[in-house]
Amino acid sequence: MSEVLLDVRDLHTHFAISGAVVRAVDGVSWDVFPGETVALVGESGCGKSVSALSVMRLVTRPAGRIVSGRIVFKGRDLLELSEDEMRRVRGKDIGMIFQEPMTSLNPVLSVGRQLTEPVEIHLGMSPAQSRARAIELLTLVGVSDAERRLRQYPHQFSGGMRQRMMIAMALSCNPALILADEPTTALDVTIQAQILELMKGLSRRLGAAMLMITHNLGVVARYADRVNVMYAGKIVERGTAREIYANPRHPYTLGLLHSVPRLDEPRRAKLDPIPGQPPDLSRLPAGCSFAPRCPFVIERCRAEVPPLDLVGADHLSACWVASELGKPVPA
Amino acid sequence: MTGELILEVRDLVKHFEVGGGLFGGPPGLVKAVDGVSFTIRRGETLGLVGESGCGKTTTGRCILQLERPTSGQVIFEGIDLTTLGQVELRAVRRRVQVIFQDPYSSLNPRMTVGQIIAEPLGVHGIVPERRGREARMRSLLDRCGLLPAMALRYPHELSGGQRQRVGIARALAMEPALIVCDEPVSALDVSIQAQIINLLEELQAEFGLTYLFVAHDLSVVRHISDRVAVMYLGKIVEITDRKSLYDDPLHPYTKALLSAVPIPDPAVEAGRERTVLGGEVPSPLNPPAGCVFHPRCPIAIDDCRRAVPELREIRPEHRVACIRV
Repeated sequence: MSEVLLDVRDLHTHFAISGAVVRAVDGVSWDVFPGETVALVGESGCGKSVSALSVMRLVTRPAGRIVSGRIVFKGRDLLELSEDEMRRVRGKDIGMIFQEPMTSLNPVLSVGRQLTEPVEIHLGMSPAQSRARAIELLTLVGVSDAERRLRQYPHQFSGGMRQRMMIAMALSCNPALILADEPTTALDVTIQAQILELMKGLSRRLGAAMLMITHNLGVVARYADRVNVMYAGKIVERGTAREIYANPRHPYTLGLLHSVPRLDEPRRAKLDPIPGQPPDLSRLPAGCSFAPRCPFVIERCRAEVPPLDLVGADHLSACWVASELGKPVPA
Repeated sequence: MTGELILEVRDLVKHFEVGGGLFGGPPGLVKAVDGVSFTIRRGETLGLVGESGCGKTTTGRCILQLERPTSGQVIFEGIDLTTLGQVELRAVRRRVQVIFQDPYSSLNPRMTVGQIIAEPLGVHGIVPERRGREARMRSLLDRCGLLPAMALRYPHELSGGQRQRVGIARALAMEPALIVCDEPVSALDVSIQAQIINLLEELQAEFGLTYLFVAHDLSVVRHISDRVAVMYLGKIVEITDRKSLYDDPLHPYTKALLSAVPIPDPAVEAGRERTVLGGEVPSPLNPPAGCVFHPRCPIAIDDCRRAVPELREIRPEHRVACIRV
């Protein structure tokens, strides 16, 4: 296997909110190898977006703080870089795509300027070169009539077009890694399909690795090579996509997979939801955070936090009863 | 289990005038809903699916008379609601309730959960005396899976799933016959979505409710609906029972929609054929001539550009608006 591209080790990111400490990311470790697509999956508030923001060192101060851990990208710990050095990594080596393109694009700069600026700053292109690059990029992401589009502003673009523009910006400096935070959640299904096919195709063609953050289990199944499932600030299960879906070994993953209706299966009379709701991250229960909702809970779960341990080849689960969770019986 | 017609929508049209004003740009006409007809029987769930801007929400709002239709009829329990004035509508509104996508923006932030649920009981004279209202409110909370202590909380103190339960309890308080559910679970996390869907189904069985379930998630719609209508750019392109729609979709747009839904199983996904639709939904300000879907349609022919296809009955109870079917 080639050398690891991004290696996040024991990352802790906390927020101080009205006197309480919210452990948004509570000691997670994950990695991305060149060219692969890795997913961070989980529900709102599980810490998946904060993980990505931590990699970019974009956690909002003063409330948010990376407390400890290492984020080693191409052999350098990003947490030890100066702000200036970090600015050269953002947008150049690591591109980012956000969920809501309208709030992450600058409404008073033309589309052209937003595409030419990064390549002029990071790659030292001349205005003529950067313009040619901008046209090339827009065409690459499937925006027709690129030359005319450069003069327009984000509000003149549709939602799908704006997301294409974000992808073009993220790709502009040939990054080794793209962080995509819910890139298609705000889009309609037919547009979602277009954008995901585009992203997958481009990351293959250009050899960029992708970290995909999403709550959509279908999107993960379609596009990810490896999956990290997050719950309450921790990774509870990790493995190849095929392994995670065919043989889930954490009760939360099992619960997620069972709670969604599937188009390819006979319709069930009743869905199997996960009971209860996610815990308050400032008042986590002792032991396993999922214990209060878990159907397999045993005494030990309420006292000791289970470590993320191997349960098979390249398959890890943080559960005291992981070995007893066999193949799920289809409902 | 399903009985007589409870709702009949006939040739519903809702146009919005846009622009023209001081800053409005050139005047135009958005044909948000453009000739929609369907029926719902008592006790059944009709799913209304489509992408943003297809007119599904406006259709729901026209049924509720929150928008007055430009033309057409909305016949609920034998009465055409479009002919009623505000006073007469108030009585009908008790019987036709709504659950919104974002319960946070549809719950009064300055009222407690208890007040939110109890208020309509008094206003509509459902439970005239105060003490009775209190008891009724508590039983509604309980029925919707909320603890009694929740009555004293404010909406901002609740999670998304709890807020949606409050929205459901409030609708239920009116003892409605029909509930328009407008994307009721799309803002919720998947583990909570399933809880709310199960709750809606239990309540339907218990109180004999009829649902118009407006949503964009085809897997959820399949789970909850008895019949399904697919909308595109203001028109219904296909309508039939759940089984026919999902097992044997006929309209090319329905087929593309179904193929765009990713299935949570990599082994299934690997072997799946995908039809990725090109282009985007055209602007309803300036819809294409002929069949509105023809610019994106993989099987369009020249004739599709000319005539607007009628919603024809291809098989019993299976209507499709496509000349190629």
